[in-house]
Amino acid sequence: MTSALHPETWARFTLRQRLARYGILLACGLAVAWALGSIDVIWAWVWDSPLQIGDLFGRMVPPDTTNLRSILWILLETVNIATISTALSVVLAIPVAWLAAQNVTPNRATLWLGRLILVSSRSVNTIIWALLFVAIFGPGIVAGIVAITFRSIGFVGKLLGEAIEEIDRRPVEALEATGASKAAIIVYAIVPQVMPTLAAVSILRWDINLRESTVLGLVGAGGIGIVLQGAIDTFRWQEAATVLLCILALVIVGEVVSAWLRRRIL
Amino acid sequence: MSKAASSKGGRRDTWHRPPLIANPLLRWGLRLAVAVYVVWALSTMPIDWARAAEGLTRAGRIFGGAFPPSFERSGLLIDGFLESLRIALLATVVGVALSIPIAFMAARNIAPTPIYWLGRAIVVVARSFHPVIVAIVFVKAVGFGPFAGVLTLVVYSIGFVAKMLAERIEEIDFGQVEAMRAAGAPTLSTLFYAIFPQILPRQIGLTIYQLDSNLRASAVVGIVGAGGIGSTLANAFGRYEYDFALAITIVIVAAILVTEAASGWIRTRI
Repeated sequence: MTSALHPETWARFTLRQRLARYGILLACGLAVAWALGSIDVIWAWVWDSPLQIGDLFGRMVPPDTTNLRSILWILLETVNIATISTALSVVLAIPVAWLAAQNVTPNRATLWLGRLILVSSRSVNTIIWALLFVAIFGPGIVAGIVAITFRSIGFVGKLLGEAIEEIDRRPVEALEATGASKAAIIVYAIVPQVMPTLAAVSILRWDINLRESTVLGLVGAGGIGIVLQGAIDTFRWQEAATVLLCILALVIVGEVVSAWLRRRIL
Repeated sequence: MSKAASSKGGRRDTWHRPPLIANPLLRWGLRLAVAVYVVWALSTMPIDWARAAEGLTRAGRIFGGAFPPSFERSGLLIDGFLESLRIALLATVVGVALSIPIAFMAARNIAPTPIYWLGRAIVVVARSFHPVIVAIVFVKAVGFGPFAGVLTLVVYSIGFVAKMLAERIEEIDFGQVEAMRAAGAPTLSTLFYAIFPQILPRQIGLTIYQLDSNLRASAVVGIVGAGGIGSTLANAFGRYEYDFALAITIVIVAAILVTEAASGWIRTRI
């Protein structure tokens, strides 16, 4: 672009700004160079990879649909895992959200307890929770449901807690002025205000959980992932293709359903 | 749905909260449907209750083994973490670079209709598959290690960044594009001077967000063999070294908290 030597020439940035921009770019470049230079890969495999990936997808066509019935059945089971654990996590998240919301929590200790539960739930990924619960409950659906529930509590609880913090104080004060009990205040002043958020968050989480429940099987925690893992481990790529297409269809249908529900309810 | 909305019988002159669903037939029908569904779903699930009941004693053993967390082999831990960082960085760079053309393809106001559908299809497919599924496919295709992780997270980045960027492109002020066109500017100049400046702030914000979320995801894809700290964690778990596994988890959680705060801070400054 134009130089900024003469004051009458227009330049988009001052010298300082330009130096800062180049500095940031340089830092980014250095970070990438460091990553590229020290990453532990065999470059010959990297150059070879388009061929390998093409070959893999070549082996997937045509998808093998002989086991479609059992695949669809397990797909339904996957939906059940997502639904049940979403419901469970919403029920468990409500008290946690109540603890973690600054304006309704009983005292500071409970506030921090609530926050601790939310943060630890949210920062551990579903798969890592699943690893843990597979070790505890053994491989199977129970581990999957508990894993998704544990991860979802943080998500639902955080958003619900924020909704509780943002409520309109006036209904609460009106009820307090009439001498209503604490329970009555919650039921009549707070719950009606956060119900729409709760519904929206539950639907959103259900949509996310559908996706997450498809991978639980890869660590042995039930659902369609087990079939996928089995097909891949035995090199039945055509069946793996069918499973992948089923998962794609499931996720798209889930997205459509949740968008429809959101429109209907809100 | 609401438990608070249950209609209690009572005297006529007491006030009741109006129920969430006005039609009583629909209300009770829905409740019945939910109950039937829960019973049906739980009864069809292959649950081994006897095995699940052992859970408590096993949980005790695992947590007993996990405390105190062992940072003895912190070298391994740091190596795994640095590898995750490299994977996340490279995947973000490549993924964002690929996202830009795909976002233009998937923007209704820029792309011709057939290309628009192609772009949308790429975004939907990239978004629909959980990174772990993408990871096992890539691990089989290109072998174990960080390269599979990078490829996985590239797909993951495209799914998010291309989608959000396409939405931003659809919202741009078209006046500037028309002005450039009226001046007879070629397509490429129009792109650079009329469209890029409008989407750049969002683009930078998305990139930083994606770097953060790639770092998170790289901890997970490692569990199925795609390199990084996830592989270290899966190995520790597989060898029943729960104390080391807990140490790794603590580091992952700490890293996530730090990067979340950092990326939030940078994005508010932009």
